[in-house]
Amino acid sequence: MSTESNGHSGNGNVNKPFTETVSAESDTGSAVSGRIAPPPGQMKKADFVSDQEVRWCPGCGDYAILNNVQKVMPELGIPREKIVFVSGIGCSSRFPYYMNTYGFHSIHGRAPAVATGIKCANPDLSVWVITGDGDALSIGGNHFIHAIRRNLDINYILFNNRIYGLTKGQYSPTSEFGKKTKSTPSGTIDYPINPLSLAIASESTFVARSIDIDVKHLGAMVDSAAKHKGISFIEVYQNCNIFNDGAFDYFAERTVRPDRVLYLEHGKPMIFGKDRKKGVRMNGALPEVVTIGENGITENDLLVHDIYLKDPSVAFMLARMEQPDFPQPVGIFRAIERPTYEDMMADQIEGAIAKSGPGSLEKLINSGDTWLVE
Amino acid sequence: MSYTIPRRLLSSKGLTNNPMSTVIEPPVTQAAKNLEEVETVTIRFAGDSGDGMQLTGTQFTNTSAVVGNDISTLPDFPAEIRAPAGSLPGVSGFQLNFSSQDIKTPGDQPNVLVAMNPAALKVNLPDLEEGGTLIINIDGFTPENLKYANYATNPLDDNSLAGYRVHKLPISTLNMNALKGNVELSRKEIDRSKNFFALGVLYWLYDRPMENTLNWIRTKFAKSPELAKANEIALKTGYNFADTTEVFTTHYTVKKAKIAPGKYRKLTGNEATAIGFIAASQLAGRPLFYGSYPITPASDILHELSRHKTFGVKTFQAEDEIAAVCAAIGASFAGQIGLTGTSGPGVALKQEAIGLAVMTELPLVIVNVQRGGPSTGLPTKTEQADLFQAVWGRNGECPAIVVAPATPGDCFHMAIEAVRLAFKYMSPVFYLSDGYLANGAEPWAIPSIDSLPKIDVTFATDPATFMPYARDPETLARPFALPGTPGLEHRIGGIEKQHITGNVNYDPENHHLMVKLRQEKVDRAVADIPLVEVMGERTGKVLVLGWGSTYGSITSAVEKMQQEGKNVSSAHLRHLNPFPRNLGEVLAGFETVIVPEMNLGQLCTMIRAKYLVDAVPFSKVKGRPFQIREIVRKVEEYL
Repeated sequence: MSTESNGHSGNGNVNKPFTETVSAESDTGSAVSGRIAPPPGQMKKADFVSDQEVRWCPGCGDYAILNNVQKVMPELGIPREKIVFVSGIGCSSRFPYYMNTYGFHSIHGRAPAVATGIKCANPDLSVWVITGDGDALSIGGNHFIHAIRRNLDINYILFNNRIYGLTKGQYSPTSEFGKKTKSTPSGTIDYPINPLSLAIASESTFVARSIDIDVKHLGAMVDSAAKHKGISFIEVYQNCNIFNDGAFDYFAERTVRPDRVLYLEHGKPMIFGKDRKKGVRMNGALPEVVTIGENGITENDLLVHDIYLKDPSVAFMLARMEQPDFPQPVGIFRAIERPTYEDMMADQIEGAIAKSGPGSLEKLINSGDTWLVE
Repeated sequence: MSYTIPRRLLSSKGLTNNPMSTVIEPPVTQAAKNLEEVETVTIRFAGDSGDGMQLTGTQFTNTSAVVGNDISTLPDFPAEIRAPAGSLPGVSGFQLNFSSQDIKTPGDQPNVLVAMNPAALKVNLPDLEEGGTLIINIDGFTPENLKYANYATNPLDDNSLAGYRVHKLPISTLNMNALKGNVELSRKEIDRSKNFFALGVLYWLYDRPMENTLNWIRTKFAKSPELAKANEIALKTGYNFADTTEVFTTHYTVKKAKIAPGKYRKLTGNEATAIGFIAASQLAGRPLFYGSYPITPASDILHELSRHKTFGVKTFQAEDEIAAVCAAIGASFAGQIGLTGTSGPGVALKQEAIGLAVMTELPLVIVNVQRGGPSTGLPTKTEQADLFQAVWGRNGECPAIVVAPATPGDCFHMAIEAVRLAFKYMSPVFYLSDGYLANGAEPWAIPSIDSLPKIDVTFATDPATFMPYARDPETLARPFALPGTPGLEHRIGGIEKQHITGNVNYDPENHHLMVKLRQEKVDRAVADIPLVEVMGERTGKVLVLGWGSTYGSITSAVEKMQQEGKNVSSAHLRHLNPFPRNLGEVLAGFETVIVPEMNLGQLCTMIRAKYLVDAVPFSKVKGRPFQIREIVRKVEEYL
């Protein structure tokens, strides 16, 4: 239908809303839920499922993450209307459309900055950033660092599939060195970045990692992140079955996982392996993998995980461990407390008002050097 | 003219009773001095960027404002904080026009130039009027400084200043002698107060009271009493020196200006911008969120807003320009007044995010304090070359409302206007200030709060009827639903939205419709903005059309020519997208439309395209505002 025929030619001639020119297709629902959610405690997963058709490729790891987040949401006890999902650009960033909460699908790399504004403006909201390895670490690398160091109380989930999916298969900043992709037929000559190393270097107060197909563990990480006051960063290894299928199979595949993944648990020694015989201990300044029972090594020799260490060195060291020399660690790497940005911002305002009273516009415009003309 | 100054000619006048002082003695003779009345004076203070010329100029300005003169200022400083002392690029200037008449510009040509060193003389002498007054700190004219300024011979001795009234004062020496032994400061520290000595001389010369500056010194240096004392002595000694020395036989007075009764304050454009947005926040009943990344010449807005926490203002110094605007968009989404401020290079970085605000139809105000471009350009100089950037500078069909304040004081009112339009039309609004408005000052008639417009902000609350992209039948604005409102959970974003529902939609007809709706919404703001006013006859030979900071020069030029009976009128645009609805009719009333702009003809191109008028661009892209006479000369070509 031509809109010109209705006289809507953009020059001030429109006298009625445009409802007749293109109908709102009711069969596709709308971007609004249209009903008030049950109170916290009575909500179910279904209350967080939007009416939008999910358009990720069949078999994408994103489905598992979405499913998990929708499942965890009702357990957090937060009213649905106080939850906001913010994303950037990329496959993962379609996430907010599928959550029946408030949502903002922003522009490439900028989700942390948008989320910063939302959280500062209304600290009462539960704000979630959904991002990918390209979105967070390439185009949005600067915001990644700064949103994290400010310690806003935001939950920040990075879907790491080590590839650019939405642009059809170029290498990403987390792609392994030498990877052959559409844009690197001779192999990448970029050294990859480690998201957890960067998050820890940026003083993240909560750092965790999980795997898309490890449903239970992922749910626990999302839950812990939500409960942490301050920035909560989770890296999720996420399979892109179209452009990077099986990227994490070498440690995440069900049959090899027990031998190649270390599940970090606070207060517990770092043990892994199908028969729980392998462990990590310190040898001088560096970690090493040992076998319990060999050379007199017992559980007592192993490193005991402490997520509350103020010093980030151990967390950083753990973040650097990877296959094949080490098990791939997942779990909470660190969780420390520090005042949040939005609280300090509010405190400064409240402090100023407590000291001088609320601002008076009359006084403000009459301040400075003034004089009367008669 | 040249003088020798007896060392004894320094007055103590109650400054010190130190009997050991060999310098501060009562004058031997006290010649009677003439006091002459003048209407308007333009002074330029010039020195090294570390010499405190901005401070000196500002103090002279404040005092002149408080005594009731009309004032207008033009600070002019280098981009380098402290370029090498004595060098040409390091020269910092401050021009002030003060008058007993209504003035609108900092003056075409200084009548008086205060030059603290050879470089300052070299850079500024070409601007001094013929026969103008030069006050020179001869202590600054060392062989080294003369070399820095590329003087082959000393201009003080080679007769090259013969066409001016020259007062050669050893300001540094006089100041040092007055302070040495009286304050516990190093020689270097003492020397830093010499600008107050110079200010004292000028205060006497133009019959200004010292009280205002003395109070300022006491407050400013309350924690450093020795510095306070040094500056105070320097100021008074300079004043008394001028009073008693034979160097000056006449001093001048400028009477109170005949300006409209009321209460006034001195205000720079950046100050007015900051308090204007605070006022908007109060009028809208919504807190202000300012996301910004430091950039010249916009940083003072961030400084000013960060001081006003008692108004609930949240200032966020972001990691970069993009984060600054994105955070402002996030704050808008959450219901605050999302504001971001920068200069042209910053806007270049923000444009993608501004497109997001256009697509998501959120209120957002973008302050661009324009400076010389392209790229880094002239960071501290003024320009108006970002109009196209504001109107057309984004990908896609991406309309935004554009407003521009005309004077430093108007910055206050246009800030309120920008917020009003942003909320009413759920649209980004550009606010185009420039370096000249930002740093220039004028007396500002303090408005009564009641006279300020109300800003209505309404939020959707009803889940039964809410549709994220339904539209107000009058304005076409979409409803504003705040996160936290039960039942209105919805998703917005940068992908094309389906009309009414707001769902992601790639349908060709829908896209065409939405593109036109977004344009139509901005176009409809025309119903809500004031008509453009014509100063003078509504038809005639020449119309001078301007926008932004050229207001003062254009208006002064046209007023002057009208008084001479010339057939010329002027009109000034404060709304640039959309244009006021009577603009076409106004333009059609004149044989020639001249558009002076500090760019290569951007507004001129826009009105030629829209109204098919054969408008004439008049460009000046020198980092400096138009002079009145430049505009007069241009208009005369068409009369």
